[in-house]
Amino acid sequence: MQYNLPADLQYVETDEWLRIEGDEAIVGITDYAQSALGDIVFLELPEVGDTFTAGQTYGVIESVKASSDLYAPVDCEVLAVNSPLIDNQEPINSDPYGDGWMLRIKITGGTDQLLDVAAYTKSVEERDH
Amino acid sequence: MSVYNSEPPIYELSRTGKIGANLPALDVPAAALPPHLLREDELAGFPELSETEVIRHFTRISQRNVCIDTVMYPLGSCTMKYNPKLHEEAARLPGFAAAHPMQDQSLSQGALALMYQLQHYLGEISGFDAVSLQPAAGAQGEFAGILVFRAYHLSRGDVDRTEVLVPDAAHGTNPATAAMSGFKVIEVKSDARGNVDMDDLKSKLSPRTVGMMLTNPNTVGLFEEQIVEVSRLVHAAGGLMYGDGANFNAILGIAKPGQVGFDFMHYNLHKTFTTPHGGGGPGSGAVGCTAALAPFLPGPIVREAEQAGTYELFMPEQSIGRLKTFQGNFGMLVRAWTYIRTLGEYGLREVSETAVLNANYVRTQLQDLYPVAIDRICMHEAVLRGQIAGAQGIRTLDIAKRLIDFGIHPPTVYFPLIVPEALMIEPTETESKVNMDRFIAVMRQIASEAVETPAVLHNAPTNAPVRRLDEVRAARKPILRYNAEKFAELRRGE
Repeated sequence: MQYNLPADLQYVETDEWLRIEGDEAIVGITDYAQSALGDIVFLELPEVGDTFTAGQTYGVIESVKASSDLYAPVDCEVLAVNSPLIDNQEPINSDPYGDGWMLRIKITGGTDQLLDVAAYTKSVEERDH
Repeated sequence: MSVYNSEPPIYELSRTGKIGANLPALDVPAAALPPHLLREDELAGFPELSETEVIRHFTRISQRNVCIDTVMYPLGSCTMKYNPKLHEEAARLPGFAAAHPMQDQSLSQGALALMYQLQHYLGEISGFDAVSLQPAAGAQGEFAGILVFRAYHLSRGDVDRTEVLVPDAAHGTNPATAAMSGFKVIEVKSDARGNVDMDDLKSKLSPRTVGMMLTNPNTVGLFEEQIVEVSRLVHAAGGLMYGDGANFNAILGIAKPGQVGFDFMHYNLHKTFTTPHGGGGPGSGAVGCTAALAPFLPGPIVREAEQAGTYELFMPEQSIGRLKTFQGNFGMLVRAWTYIRTLGEYGLREVSETAVLNANYVRTQLQDLYPVAIDRICMHEAVLRGQIAGAQGIRTLDIAKRLIDFGIHPPTVYFPLIVPEALMIEPTETESKVNMDRFIAVMRQIASEAVETPAVLHNAPTNAPVRRLDEVRAARKPILRYNAEKFAELRRGE
């Protein structure tokens, strides 16, 4: 299947994307992740001020098919959360890189583990074949 | 079809003033109840019907029950198989059914003897030294196991273990159990053959490892080919091996978990040992373990008393305690005992051999149309993918819904999570070749419909009391209590 994976974003294996702006970033889940999960029906996000290390669980997402953890792509502190998503998860499916954003974070650690679009596309293809 | 089949909520059958039973005239002075005890709000809108109407309503609903006693029910990972009716007779014998859990042990010797024998049989079948029949179901058996692991480590002064390893293919109850026991869940990847990825396992074992929770055969229906090495590595790190018995139906009389390195396991008596479950419940999640862990088992457990031929209950000395009132779900124990005694050693082995043969038969007859998750001989269940070549916009959900039109209960879908568009089929030993051939023919027809007339799948089911349910809306905006206005709104929306 074809997925919308914008070239200007950074990715992680656990299917989160980052839009890095200086030492801050916007975080959400990728088009592949929303497609694999199907219609999202529940979302749990952290509080502003919470801190995470890369790979740590920052929230929970649930669709009609499955529930899954959400993983912090980098060491970070949460600056803002997209709280309207808690009551209406539809934008995660319809607009994962826009209204479906989840967190604004301050990056507090390294970013070497992030994948560019080519590496992430390869990862998706391996799993989706 | 749906017009004749639609059964309105009982509230809509209500007519003001109707009653099902006449109470005798009041023959004492009427006294007012204290106002705070009145439940007038809850009674508002309470349905008013005659006895006949109530009976007809619930009988009509019950006749729509789709179950193992009415249709093929290939529900993988759940082992929905035939529950012999003989068991019902055994469980209803007055000496068992009417026994009071508080009566003196001297008056319950038959029940205790049955429990003692069942402990022994389960230990023998699985290769374990001790068995407790306490847990109420599989998840509680898991909980018991992880609490026992903790108690064991702590008893040795080994206090730094906080991590439980769980494969990415695991049943959701495994990580839930570990988290509920206060431990951190560490996910271990699967390799290309569907086994535990050994390199990933090695990288995640440490002095913090409490143990590993593993289902074998795993949830992809595959036998862990390196189970002995996995156990060795976990033990070398000081961890313990937990065996999830959900898929025990594949290896009865063939492989013993206690002999391939597991330290503890739960048995789903309600799956493998055919006590009814799935809404009918209750379950029974008996547990077995090695001698080293036996002192920590939940209790009470039955042992032989001093006087030959008599039995008594006891609590293991360092027991994690009780998990269930009295003696667990005793009726389930009677059924499981009956099953084991009816089949015996060779009969149980034949159960597993037939279950595995059936799953492989279905797999080989369908995998040209439905790609198999991992191309290996499978165990008791075949995991396929609903990705049919040439079918545009068809997902596993559509295939599952279309099966309903043919009077077949859909198999488990979208599990295990590591298989995209998973379709997990478990015929069990219950299904005859005739039934499986019909299932295969239906699945092949659905595959060609998916390519030629995809709308048929998108619209399915059409031959059922209700059409496709809006699962997304039900999850996002559930209506949990009857509400006339909301129902009217829903109807207008249709």
